[in-house]
Amino acid sequence: MTLSVDIRHRFGDFAVEARFESAGRLTALFGPSGSGKSTLINLIAGLIRPDKGRIAVGGLVLVDTEARIFVPTHKRRIGMVFQDARLFPHMSVAGNLRYGRWFTPASERYAKMDAVVDLLGIGHLLDRRPAKLSGGEKQRVAIGRALLASPKLLLMDEPLAALDEARKAEILPYIERLRDETKIPIVYVSHSIAEVARLASDVVVLSQGKVAASGPTEAIMQRLDLLPAEERGEGGAVLDTKVMRHDEAFGMTVLGSPAGEIRVPKLGAAAGASVRIRIRARDVMIATERPAGLSALNILAGTITAVRPGIGPTVEIAIDCNGAIVLARITEQSKHTLRLALGQQVFAVIKTVSFDRATTGAGLAVEADG
Amino acid sequence: MNWLLDLTPDEWNAVRLSIKVATVAMIASLPPGILLALLLARGRFWGKTLLNGLVHLPLILPPVVTGYLLLLTFGRRGPAGAFLAEHFGIVFSFRWTGAALACGVMGFPLMVRAIRLSIEAVDRRIEAAAGTLGANPLWVFATITLPLILPGLIAGAILSFAKAMGEFGATITFVSNIPNETQTLPSAIYTFTQVPGGDEGALRLTLISIVISMVALIASEVLARRVGRRMDIE
Repeated sequence: MTLSVDIRHRFGDFAVEARFESAGRLTALFGPSGSGKSTLINLIAGLIRPDKGRIAVGGLVLVDTEARIFVPTHKRRIGMVFQDARLFPHMSVAGNLRYGRWFTPASERYAKMDAVVDLLGIGHLLDRRPAKLSGGEKQRVAIGRALLASPKLLLMDEPLAALDEARKAEILPYIERLRDETKIPIVYVSHSIAEVARLASDVVVLSQGKVAASGPTEAIMQRLDLLPAEERGEGGAVLDTKVMRHDEAFGMTVLGSPAGEIRVPKLGAAAGASVRIRIRARDVMIATERPAGLSALNILAGTITAVRPGIGPTVEIAIDCNGAIVLARITEQSKHTLRLALGQQVFAVIKTVSFDRATTGAGLAVEADG
Repeated sequence: MNWLLDLTPDEWNAVRLSIKVATVAMIASLPPGILLALLLARGRFWGKTLLNGLVHLPLILPPVVTGYLLLLTFGRRGPAGAFLAEHFGIVFSFRWTGAALACGVMGFPLMVRAIRLSIEAVDRRIEAAAGTLGANPLWVFATITLPLILPGLIAGAILSFAKAMGEFGATITFVSNIPNETQTLPSAIYTFTQVPGGDEGALRLTLISIVISMVALIASEVLARRVGRRMDIE
């Protein structure tokens, strides 16, 4: 299903002018606050009427100002999860979950109560009132409520932004399951690289109301220049890997990737499971020959495919390690001393302990960074 | 105690009539009360201030003036009164229905005010959430807004009922003071105070009207508390 947006909207002195298409499983709208992400998602939901433009989901036109089409929110069948869960305070959790079912034609109800309750682990909450739930529980119920309306598209507007780190870690796996086990395309608004890198298949980067770039997550995450300044340190390569084995003796997990084996602190995931990892560019060192006598465990051979100026006295170097691109940020001086150039054979060096929960996602069995 | 309950038929009629008039006034005011409260709380239209003033008028005007205006409009020869009598057979003048109309009009500003405040307190983002789940505006109102403003509705209804129980000026001006038809408790008490030896009757009815008002007030407290507990708003 393809989501296509081409919209112009202005309120006050802020204007959103966005145009993108995405057919991804989970498309992230990414950008700093004030970049127009929430406006965009509200436009897709129909909570705001655009000045001009067109929005279509899977060929179905939701808005077309030229053709004078505007499908009202309640007829769009687009589920929405808000930052502040917005549960109905006068209904129990079960009542909240069932609400959307009423309004869905029987022939189009694909979401099953039991399956959704299982997926989100909220079976023990059904009789409770929203006021008696924790922040994380509320958000899970809100996700369930949106799912049970059997939507054609699910919008999530910074669903984790109001939660603390522990609650975020509690919900992220459920969103991953949602992405992998259901067929509903998801549009996910976030300003956190950790969330986007972990969840998104595609990313639309927004900046001051305009689309700065869009494409597959792996490609976008390499463009450190697109990231907001305060998050730039988090940028780097995103690799999809498989758990090969656990090294019980040393408390490590060995991941298989095209670039070779990568050792990370022990993960909770079972052997064979897919794990997406992020290698921060600032955590990668470059050696011109295979280093010996080094404590770092991950040494990946590759070829330099790009050298880009970074912020301040740094350069960003892309290394193609057998098809997987690893990004390194080093100083201008190091580049000069090592005489790094395009096409050169080098080794990317990554310390195992530089991986943490934010970059390995699947949940470390033992917290590496304490 | 006996002398309190030992009412004459006319006195009983006044008690019964008062309760009937107040109940009808309250129930009949609710739909237009909710509608106007919604309009005033959320509507954006020309003349909103004027409408707001109009709704509040009975609160400010002397009741006699309100009663006289009702007489002019809804009396037998009044434009609205003649129309309703001719087409629907509804007659207000010198009937208990007229008393209910007068009481309803007098209590209306209080009711609208209470409901309006509770509508303004409703989080519209919750209503938007219901919209994304497929509920059209009417369903959103019935399943989200209405339950959320229930405490305000109860408060407004009780205020209207209490006002109706005590209404005197507009009622006696509009529909006079006819035993068994338009003689409500306050009118009956007033009548007793106007005749020699009526003190005992006046006192009896006064006590009864205190009891009814207290019961209504306590009932609304209990109801509102129960609704509030059920809702448990964050």
